Amino acid sequence: MKRTGANILLESLREEGVDTIFGYPGGSVLPIYDAIFDSDIRHILTRHEQGAVHAADGYARASGRPGVCLATSGPGATNLVTGIANAYMDSVPIIALTGQVVTSQLGKDSFQEADIVGITLPITKHSYLVKNAKDLTKVVKEAFHIATTGRPGPVLIDIPRDVSAALVEPEEESPLNLPGYNLPDVPSKNRLEEAVRVIMASKRPVIYAGGGVVNSGAFMELQQFAEKIIAPVTMTLMGLSGFPGRHPLALGMLGMHGSKYANYAVCSCDLLIAVGVRFDDRVTGKLERFVPEAKVIHIDIDPAEIGKNVKVDIPLVGDVKNSLAELIKRLKAKPSGAWQDQVQNWKKEYPLTFEENEEGKLKPQFVIREIYRAGQDRARIVTDVGQHQMWSAHYYDYTRPRSFISSGGLGTMGFGLPAAIGVQVACPDELVFNIAGDGSIQMNIQELATAVNNNLPIKIAILNNGYLGMVRQWQELFYNHRYSQTELINPDFTKIAEAYGAVGMRIERQKDVAPALLEALAVKKPVVMDFLVEREENVMPMVPPGEPLDKMLG
Amino acid sequence: MKHTLSVMVENQPGVLARVAGLFSRRGFNIDSLAVGQTENPAVSRMTIVVEGDDRIVEQVTKQLHKLIDVIKVGDITAEKYVDRELVMVKVNADAGQRGEIMLIADIFRARVIDFGRRTLTLECTGDEGKITAFEESLRPYGIKEMVRTGKVAMLRGTRFTSVENSGLDQDVE
Repeated sequence: MKRTGANILLESLREEGVDTIFGYPGGSVLPIYDAIFDSDIRHILTRHEQGAVHAADGYARASGRPGVCLATSGPGATNLVTGIANAYMDSVPIIALTGQVVTSQLGKDSFQEADIVGITLPITKHSYLVKNAKDLTKVVKEAFHIATTGRPGPVLIDIPRDVSAALVEPEEESPLNLPGYNLPDVPSKNRLEEAVRVIMASKRPVIYAGGGVVNSGAFMELQQFAEKIIAPVTMTLMGLSGFPGRHPLALGMLGMHGSKYANYAVCSCDLLIAVGVRFDDRVTGKLERFVPEAKVIHIDIDPAEIGKNVKVDIPLVGDVKNSLAELIKRLKAKPSGAWQDQVQNWKKEYPLTFEENEEGKLKPQFVIREIYRAGQDRARIVTDVGQHQMWSAHYYDYTRPRSFISSGGLGTMGFGLPAAIGVQVACPDELVFNIAGDGSIQMNIQELATAVNNNLPIKIAILNNGYLGMVRQWQELFYNHRYSQTELINPDFTKIAEAYGAVGMRIERQKDVAPALLEALAVKKPVVMDFLVEREENVMPMVPPGEPLDKMLG
Repeated sequence: MKHTLSVMVENQPGVLARVAGLFSRRGFNIDSLAVGQTENPAVSRMTIVVEGDDRIVEQVTKQLHKLIDVIKVGDITAEKYVDRELVMVKVNADAGQRGEIMLIADIFRARVIDFGRRTLTLECTGDEGKITAFEESLRPYGIKEMVRTGKVAMLRGTRFTSVENSGLDQDVE
């Protein structure tokens, strides 16, 4: 039986288990929206295409299943670009569907035409321009396979309007044929044995764990591995929920805003076991001074990450979960010793602290601690980008994988609220917090409407200091207090919340924080909590840019 | 050091853009690039000459591997291979100079492919060194126009780079 391209598309999506699409209609996707009208796939209408792609991203990060977003051609498609780049940097599996002008108008600078495949070439794992509706079944199948396997990433499918409208006989399903796409599984036996020898011989091992641990579902394996060799574990921002934050071996985050004890441990180790990481410049500090004495074992599914920034002694190319399991099998338990004591001493000596201030202005770190007290292990924390993001990394102990969701590589302000929408859609019965800054929240504040319309009871905590706080901090420290364009004169966020049909609250004093959170959690609606915090609080410790990790301020 | 990469890709629209874009955005320099169909019409072969130390070339190779349309990447620099470039040169040639120029053509085993009132157009194939020497020999007469292909290369003897054959795939580890 003949069907339209749009129908073939939706059926193929269903075949892949898609239950939700985040999208925004427009001219070139009219045939697809017409098919959605009759489909049982849930469509969440955002208020901006950027909201749709971040929501798909949040959905994917929380659930581990690919997120799907849909936008029209031209401006609709280009509005996805930031979100696609964001997903690419953090290796998140999303499928971005875009409408395109009809094939006969392609390349003619037609109304709402943009070469979105060309524009997104550097920020997608792969992309397709579908010129024949018959190809849709195959393309969707390939796209999901590519997005979700190996190192995950965004795949874009660009569909001209005449293709989605065309009536064709769908192609029979055929097996995947991707000769250029080979997936590493586990590292070779020789490499594993070499790694085991080096681990057993090491005196001061440190595990440096990242987003690859979360992506491959290696939460249990990482714990077993660390416990077997009694190695302290430090996490990247992306790896934060990959190892229980309250575990005795946990060192919290390393890098530019890492804990002192994590950075000291990394700088003093004789073996760095890098697991699902990419040696980002925010992690390594000055490259030449990053673990110059230590041997480096690097486990990663992407061979191109091996040796990209740091020389690796033992590369283990493979899935993190399987590779760790192979190592655990081969390793003998190692005893604890002077090194472990030393690390514990650093933890005691240099804890993450802030000065509480009961009477004066609220401390932002205190608010995060209270959110932790209210949310504990059951909350999913979704952040924006800036100071509040670093405090959310420091003062909340994540104990479940995928419970900390943040824009790491790209550092996208405005990610938080739409991503939290995706998280709440993926986890309808869980407590979802969006911790935001007063700058970030205003980059996608229109998505409050999406949250309200879809009854998504997200709790939005704005740490409002009236500044672009992180930029202001750099201006204070490195630009002689010259606060160029970083002070924000903000609207009344409680009134904005109310105008959208959410609940607005303002909290100015320390003693009001806990009761306010209690009240917010009891409401089954989106709540915007405007915390007026100390305006010039800095994120500490801090490694100044270009310095080695052990040179920390604060 | 210059490396010669033999890259097998799916013969699909946009592949060249993906490969070229990868080089430019990661800051790798392409010395030359030649692309064309292979014995299998679904597969094209790119011969890419890239300048860089071993670490850069390793990154190039690995990044190329990540492109879904790239089936195979081989660095044949250290192997025994034959390589050719082709050049067409339009050179000033008055009646009095034609004899000399045709003598030069003979020495380089070049061919005259067009004959104008005041010009000769010559075609020559060979490795990079020969083509460069040929160009230098003609320069004194005044080169009006010159077009040169990128290098194409093939392994010597029984060894071969193709999609089915695993004789020379890069060890991705």
